[in-house]
Amino acid sequence: MTALPPPSAKKLGLVIDLDTCVGCHACVTACKGWNDQGYGVPLSDQNAYGSEPSGTFLNRVHSYEVQPEQGPAQIINFPRSCLHCENAPCVTVCPTGASYKRAEDGIVLVNEDACIGCGLCAWACPYGARELDQAAGVMKKCTLCVDRIYNENLPEEDRQPACVRTCPTGARHFGDLGDPGSAVSKLVAERGGYDLMPEMETKPVNKYLPPRPKGKAEEIDVLAPLLDVKATGFAGWLDRILEKL
Amino acid sequence: MHPAPSVIVFTVLSGAGFGLLAFLGLGAVAVTGWAALLLWGLGYALAGIGLLASAFHLGNPQRALRAFTQWRTSWLSREAWAAVVSLALLAPVALAAVFGAEPPAALGVLGALSCLVTIAATSMIYTQLKTIPRWNFWTTPALFMGFALAAGAMLSGRAVLAALLCLALGLLLVAAFRLGDGRFAAVGASLGSATGLGAVGSVRQFAPAHTGSNYLLREMIHDVGRKHAARLRMIAVVAAGLLPAVILLVLPASVATVALAALVHLAGAFAARWLFFAEAEHVVGLYYGRR
Repeated sequence: MTALPPPSAKKLGLVIDLDTCVGCHACVTACKGWNDQGYGVPLSDQNAYGSEPSGTFLNRVHSYEVQPEQGPAQIINFPRSCLHCENAPCVTVCPTGASYKRAEDGIVLVNEDACIGCGLCAWACPYGARELDQAAGVMKKCTLCVDRIYNENLPEEDRQPACVRTCPTGARHFGDLGDPGSAVSKLVAERGGYDLMPEMETKPVNKYLPPRPKGKAEEIDVLAPLLDVKATGFAGWLDRILEKL
Repeated sequence: MHPAPSVIVFTVLSGAGFGLLAFLGLGAVAVTGWAALLLWGLGYALAGIGLLASAFHLGNPQRALRAFTQWRTSWLSREAWAAVVSLALLAPVALAAVFGAEPPAALGVLGALSCLVTIAATSMIYTQLKTIPRWNFWTTPALFMGFALAAGAMLSGRAVLAALLCLALGLLLVAAFRLGDGRFAAVGASLGSATGLGAVGSVRQFAPAHTGSNYLLREMIHDVGRKHAARLRMIAVVAAGLLPAVILLVLPASVATVALAALVHLAGAFAARWLFFAEAEHVVGLYYGRR
């Protein structure tokens, strides 16, 4: 049913650290790699090697330039995927019941067998988290790797979303944001994790950690050592004599 | 938003169709026999073609029946029910008119009300979306209702009422265009709030997330068609509102006059509905530095 379940105690989600993300897109690739062969239809590409390639992805990494009032501009890499909102508008608009939020852990999923591909859920999402697969005509979205996190056939350390498992800088964290004692909840409290577009009143579960304030960069003149020429040999002798005169 | 032809055809034709059926259900025009068959047939055809067109934008139309299941929460599901209920309620009324029997008046009124509910449900599919501030406003249901009533009055031959409704619709269009322009700013979503980086400083896109296109860009960040928006707005107001009103009031009352007014009005309705989509800005565009 597309009615939202009562708020669950367990709220699985991601915490994304914008301070450490280097924008390598490894999470994008790992996500596409895993979700191409697991949950639901594969993430199709159209004209992948042609002049206008296009494809379905569940995770995208943007890069922004932020200019503070004082100091130099910063480049901030910004991964964007489903935030598994508590008040998910993509769920209630669905006419078929294909879009749903799990009562037990809050993961928002699509039952692809019931999806008619009307696209209304993608319209309702402020974050662009849903993309309609052009080959299968069904809506695709982040599953929080539901087929990994509970999968007892995988070694313990692999039971987390593919994007989190692969991130080389540890910028992505997975856990229960409904438990104030969990590592992710503590991280959010400590670093001032925030919601995206709070004015849309979606109550996202995923949180973003702001870039840490940067100190003033030390003035380094990279050419100075090169200009500081020490005369040697005859020139050095001449230099010393002339100094003494 | 991408102005998909199937959705434009669907909303314009089914709106006019249910508007006409509502007027016929209320007994706006006493027709029998062939005239009744033509008029009721036109109502059913417009509504039916519109609903069929809506199926063309589905990724999996063979599962369309599932759209009837979620009426508790989904406006799209409610619209599907309301449309079917309206067509079913009015069928005996239509048949009675065609075969010269006394049309069941109570059923006609009920069917007419159901037609209005259908139009309202269609408009709520768009109005409910907070992500598209221009739609998420009272002007959206007012416009859908205005178009349906104007077309309904016109096609059922109520010339004076139709002319007045057309003039009101023209004013409503101007108001919707003007007020709609301020909606995005009023909602307050910005790249700063979308990324949360507004707290650090002013944000601009440095590099896009992907160099190729994708579903989001094609479907929700359609900004190429706005070039002629100002001219199309004028065409919409004149063709949907002013001109049909003048035609209905000035030319002698005849089927040809109504047909001419209706064709002009429909052309204006298509222009207005095209703009309704093309000018709607989805907040996801912020992430791409576009609207």
